[in-house]
Amino acid sequence: MILQRRSFLLGLAGAVALGRSRMAVAAGPLGERRLVVVLLRGALDGLAAVQPYGDPELAALRGPLALPEPGQEGGVLDLGGHYGLHPALPHLHALYRQDQALLLHAVAGPWRNRSHFIAQDFMEMGATRRLPDGWLNRALAAEPEAAQGARRGLALGLQLPLILRGEVRVGSYAPPGQQVPEPDVLARLAQWHAADPMLGPAFAEGLRSRGFTAAVLAGQEPPPPGMQPFVTLAGAAGRLLAAARGPRVAALELGGWDTHAAQAARLPGPLGALDAGMAALKENLGPAWAETAVLVLTEFGRTARVNGTGGTDHGTAGAAFVIGGAVRGGRVIADWPGLGPGRLFENRDLMPTLDQRRIAKGLLAQHLGLGPAALARAFPESDDAPPLTGLLRAEA
Amino acid sequence: MTPSAAHAAIRFGLGARPGDAPPDDPRAWLESQIAPLPEAAGPTPDEIRAALDARRRDPASNPIRAFNRDEALAWATRLLTTGRPFAERWAEFWSNHLAISRRGAIATAFGGHYHRQGIRPHVFGRFDAMLLAAYREPAMLAYLDQAGAVGPGSPGGRRRNAGLNENLARECLELHSITPAGGYSQADVGALARILTGWSIGRGPEASEPTGFMFRPLAHEPGPKTLLGQEFPEGEAGGVAALALLANHPATHRALAAKLARHFIRDDPPAGSVARIEAALRDSGGDLAAAARAVIAEPLAWEPLTKLRSAQDYVLAVMRGLGLGAAAAPALLAALARLGQPLWLAPAPIGWPDDAAAWAVPEQLMRRVEWANEMASRAAFTPALTESFLGPLAPAETIDAARRAGSAREAVLLLLACPEAHRR
Repeated sequence: MILQRRSFLLGLAGAVALGRSRMAVAAGPLGERRLVVVLLRGALDGLAAVQPYGDPELAALRGPLALPEPGQEGGVLDLGGHYGLHPALPHLHALYRQDQALLLHAVAGPWRNRSHFIAQDFMEMGATRRLPDGWLNRALAAEPEAAQGARRGLALGLQLPLILRGEVRVGSYAPPGQQVPEPDVLARLAQWHAADPMLGPAFAEGLRSRGFTAAVLAGQEPPPPGMQPFVTLAGAAGRLLAAARGPRVAALELGGWDTHAAQAARLPGPLGALDAGMAALKENLGPAWAETAVLVLTEFGRTARVNGTGGTDHGTAGAAFVIGGAVRGGRVIADWPGLGPGRLFENRDLMPTLDQRRIAKGLLAQHLGLGPAALARAFPESDDAPPLTGLLRAEA
Repeated sequence: MTPSAAHAAIRFGLGARPGDAPPDDPRAWLESQIAPLPEAAGPTPDEIRAALDARRRDPASNPIRAFNRDEALAWATRLLTTGRPFAERWAEFWSNHLAISRRGAIATAFGGHYHRQGIRPHVFGRFDAMLLAAYREPAMLAYLDQAGAVGPGSPGGRRRNAGLNENLARECLELHSITPAGGYSQADVGALARILTGWSIGRGPEASEPTGFMFRPLAHEPGPKTLLGQEFPEGEAGGVAALALLANHPATHRALAAKLARHFIRDDPPAGSVARIEAALRDSGGDLAAAARAVIAEPLAWEPLTKLRSAQDYVLAVMRGLGLGAAAAPALLAALARLGQPLWLAPAPIGWPDDAAAWAVPEQLMRRVEWANEMASRAAFTPALTESFLGPLAPAETIDAARRAGSAREAVLLLLACPEAHRR
């Protein structure tokens, strides 16, 4: 997650006001479309977020990580049979029931690389070779003439993520607040410090004073208000995107997904932050939510089997989300490969059946109105990944 | 990098930079740095006085602020990029031993000059020369209120309602020289305060020395004075002699040796180490180069990571490890303020603390993690970073966890905020 300390705005229209709601028109014209990309760094376990409880192999593979079926104590939230949403995602579930959340499964990028750093670079470059810029910036460069000037990019946080780097100048905004890392990183640092007699007690006390109790560090409870930079960022993104002359494309990132151990305890924390962040984004967008699509991506999924420490390791296919008032939601899109013998990729990972680029290209084409040439610039060498259609209520 | 090369960079230096060639012989590398430091550039006392006058005439113009900013940025750039990190740490130690704080117009305006000209030229010379130079700097004379002190029996004292100020004399005995262990009385404090009357700041170039110092006979207390049982004559020479006595006093050598051992060995340095550094000072007549060689030769100074980094140490080590240079100088100054150790703003004449208890503080550690997290969001996780930041002193578990981290930022953060990162 990008964290921030002091406010600053770069390259943004002076009309954008912070801390004060300035609502967009109730029903915007075509040029009012908003696209938000959320990068989940560290590899979200798609099988935990969107659990295929209807797959007969799930329980045997996942053991303690398989949650009860819908309706049971601590069970997944029903998505209409076969799939259930993790219970730490109640806002997302509500959006699904309002047909504003689309869940996509068995999704992977075209890379087959289990290194976080390499896979994240490729996810942001939109290619499987090194490019100097990100696909979202190239998409901004290619947007229709008519929309230029009105639409511009915004990075939330102190740094410009690779996905937004490139020729088109984009704004960046970091609201004031704590620079607190994710609870799982703090938990590891706390564990290391605990062994240090000089630093251990002070470090533990510092965490307590910031509201990071043992339960928060274990991911069982969300961090206290003000200590969830992602929720603050997502809320700020909503305010900025809502402004009449504000940016129209934004990128955020959230970490804490690398659940190699004790996943059942650790996953609710980041899922809860994502869920609360989406709720904050929607609330602050106000009427502009109807013009918004949010694409949630991660660099790869995780192993289908639980590992020896109650977690999962780096895998291949996982889940992606498309959320927003503009989205034709209430559906799970998946060409489900199954989890049975011979169905797993390299006998360990969920088999990819949907190319991540098809989702992104579908949104760029139908939500932002990019033509074929512009799509090819955003995602070079992607003829084998045509835009996914039918993602939106009304297509551009 | 060998463990002892990493140790030399971390304990004695300011942290390695990526691309620094690790020394084959770390002790020789440190000893090679014991030589006069290059002069640091900055405004002269005349220019500073002119700026003060300009501000008096037009309060809206504030050339002092620009001077200070330039000096601070030059300092930050030098410490980020220096290839003689031990020599610069050594200079920082003495700047902190004879700490001033940028409080009040004069101390603020002359603060940069103080470190450049009062301290820096003397850090590998004799301690008596450093003490004398520091006490003739406008910043010190203003900070510890000596400039306005007037002998009650002097022509100036008889004419107007002015008098002694014991501040500098007391701190001299208590902090800068013999310390309470050296044994002194209130009478000695008063005597030194009278001896130093007339030590003041010149108004213009014609009236003062190039350093900005001016002795004012009309404010000087007449007659001989007795300090530590020894008589000192009236006049400026009496002060020079008194400071020489104090600087070369055995108790001063012992106090300086203990303070150096605390900085370079551990918070409670063993008596044997203190005694050896003390002997080096005594046998050399207070030669600080000899003290530096004694510190390097001290075997216990090579026991790794026994000290806790001050905020300044931590910030410098992180930013040097990330390979940041002049462009990051403003960020360095901001980080020092954020982590509670703003440059040249020690809260008291005793300077910044040098023990773990002062820095192993909950809020301090949280701010370090948060700041490191911010730095990590701009950095790539590279072998060069791992090598320069902790080298072989990084626990295998830390490196392993960083390699497996969920993002480059997390990887860098785990390295920059691990417990070993706070030690030196």
